[in-house]
Amino acid sequence: MSKNIEFVKFDKVDKSYDGKVLVVKDLNLNISEGEFITMLGPSGSGKTTCLMMLAGFETPTNGEIYLDSNPISNIPPHKRGIGMVFQNYALFPHMTVYENLAFPLRVRKVQKDEIDKKVDKALSMVSLSGFESRMPAQLSGGQQQRVAVARALVFDPAVVLMDEPLGALDKNLRESMQYEIKHIHENIGVTVVYVTHDQGEALTMSNRIAVFNDGKVQQLSSPDKLYEEPVNSFVAEFIGENNTFGGEVTDISKDICKVKLQNGEILANPISVKSKGDKTTVSIRPERALINPKDKMDNNQTGKIEEVIYHGDHTRLRLDLLGNKEFILKVPNSSNELDLKLGNEIKVGWNSQDARALDPK
Amino acid sequence: MSNETKQILTTDGIPLEISLKKAERKNKIKAFLLVAPLLLFLIITYIFPIGEMFTRSIDDKMITNMLPKTFKSMETWDGKELPSEEVFASFLSDFKILVDKKEHGKLAQRLNKEKNGFNTITKKLFRQVKRNKIDETQSIKEQIMKVHKRWRNVEYWQAIKRTAPPYTSAKYLKAMDMYLNEDNKITQVSEDRRIHRILWLRTVEVAFFVTVFCFLMGYPIAHLLATLPMKYSNLLMICVLLPFWTSLLVRTASWMILLQQQGVVNDFFVIIGLVSDDNRPEMMYNKVGTYVAMTQILLPFMVLPLYSVMKTISPSLMRAGKSLGGTPFVAFWKVYFPLTIPGIGAGCLLVFILAIGYYITPALVGGASGTLISNQIAYHMKTTLDWSFASAMGLMLLGGVLVIYWLYNKLVGVDNIKLG
Repeated sequence: MSKNIEFVKFDKVDKSYDGKVLVVKDLNLNISEGEFITMLGPSGSGKTTCLMMLAGFETPTNGEIYLDSNPISNIPPHKRGIGMVFQNYALFPHMTVYENLAFPLRVRKVQKDEIDKKVDKALSMVSLSGFESRMPAQLSGGQQQRVAVARALVFDPAVVLMDEPLGALDKNLRESMQYEIKHIHENIGVTVVYVTHDQGEALTMSNRIAVFNDGKVQQLSSPDKLYEEPVNSFVAEFIGENNTFGGEVTDISKDICKVKLQNGEILANPISVKSKGDKTTVSIRPERALINPKDKMDNNQTGKIEEVIYHGDHTRLRLDLLGNKEFILKVPNSSNELDLKLGNEIKVGWNSQDARALDPK
Repeated sequence: MSNETKQILTTDGIPLEISLKKAERKNKIKAFLLVAPLLLFLIITYIFPIGEMFTRSIDDKMITNMLPKTFKSMETWDGKELPSEEVFASFLSDFKILVDKKEHGKLAQRLNKEKNGFNTITKKLFRQVKRNKIDETQSIKEQIMKVHKRWRNVEYWQAIKRTAPPYTSAKYLKAMDMYLNEDNKITQVSEDRRIHRILWLRTVEVAFFVTVFCFLMGYPIAHLLATLPMKYSNLLMICVLLPFWTSLLVRTASWMILLQQQGVVNDFFVIIGLVSDDNRPEMMYNKVGTYVAMTQILLPFMVLPLYSVMKTISPSLMRAGKSLGGTPFVAFWKVYFPLTIPGIGAGCLLVFILAIGYYITPALVGGASGTLISNQIAYHMKTTLDWSFASAMGLMLLGGVLVIYWLYNKLVGVDNIKLG
């Protein structure tokens, strides 16, 4: 069976609530069957609105959404067959776990013994067998979360939407739930559209990530590409940590450019600059800049240590480098031969291809 | 093996329990002092008056104190034939004291309530006593029997004996159109005099339907209030509360203006041609008026508890219901509605209990066919001054409310009530 790569398709979708501001602008997004796609973005970036349009609780102001090649804008939510996990779980508090899970099956008039089988299977999938007769209030947050996931999956929907489902859990639980949801997805191969503002969550779980800002998809790519090769300064800033220099291109060739900063000059990888005189923001990941580099590097600078923060497995240094007082370095704690003292001057080097010259901020 | 649990001691060697009690005593006293004013207030304004009402409703001591000797001597009387000379003698001696105290009228009134005809014969006896016509050296029995032939009738003496106990359930029986007959059996009054039972039934009926109407109208309003954006819901809330802040009398009076035969509603009906001018329907001084006015007046009591419950229901629950495949109706009926039951319970109980004792509105717009038991209570409080009867009916009303509360607790559970 070949997979439909346009299983869910947003086609030129616009959305406005008040007729004045567009919260989603010209959204074009294809989601293939069985994919785990995450919509990532700061609050107010339009990602939840997109999810609600897909679920059917909001209608697109313009454009059309297709599910398995069928336009769905005129189909009410209950006929779309899309499972949804809500931010606060939205378990029915007056029903037991069993009744919660049986609800989508009962409204579909499934036979009683069939319901029992499916509920059983769904509960064992989230390792909650034996919790059938509990009320939601008698469960912990993590358990409620798992019931919500099981309920969204129990009627075998084609697509499952998850709206920041782990937001209310504590850190450890959140992490273990991330893996659990990821494994469930891998096992049953359902298409998942996941919304979060937590980039760590997005990076661990997704096949692809759509970074939203200002109603637009800024970048849609796999997690590693998103991190290593951000296409603009918003994505670079939003995903992971980032050191930036603002400057102007003074010289440009095919894969290298010279950027003049306020006090200094660096070599960078031209991503979104085209010609001399372009303003740019150069972005360098902290782990790409090395202290006292042994190999030869394109960029060699000296910085003064402004702050040392101990982080357990690594130490973070804040440097004053080329006028940027927020230049962050990560030093693994195994390299303890370095003299990391406040006020010391250290040598820092990085390769020009890791310094990506993006659009100006 | 000893059953004694090992006593745990504090660091200073005091038994832990004693130490704990000591430590908490101060807090307990403080807590008690804080609630003491309320407790006192409740006792003075609630428990004491209800107790007073109860004793008043069953109290029959007045006559017991008036005829102490008579009742004493009647103890040995079998009540089948005329009592002995001794009973007559002690009755006369009691009566003479009453005449001296000018209380014989009260006695006549009280005995007349027990059996018609006592008024006349008591007055006759009084005149004889006043003129000192009764010679205590002769047989008193003979002389009293000569005063009026009814004094020779054993039924009248039986009636006196029936008034002997200091407590009576007569008022309660009367409120249910029943009385104790000569053989101490509970009997119904004749059919044309059964007014109270109709009133009780009507009261329950009106309270029930007012509750139903309030629920039918209040549920959508509360839902709107809970789901509309703040801007509109505040306005709507004011619309709900504004009548609530207006005087009850003003609201009832405005309904009178609207509903009377030459009133606004009737005029409107005539204008749109629904009824002809000479055939205006009566919407006031009957049950219709009572229903309309009471529903409007009690509506906020339904809306507010419902609103406060609906406000706590997350909108994502309805969405979850729909996304899982339930039609909007199924999502409402299976998810939303069950979650509002605590509010429905609170609202209905509140409205029903308020409606069952409602007074001003039925009195003003109810007319003859729209008055309720509370109006009857007021009538006996103010007009006939039969306070013990009013008390008895009031307590029956209270009892009825408690029964409803108990039923509700059995069916829904009181801990399911949510007022906010």
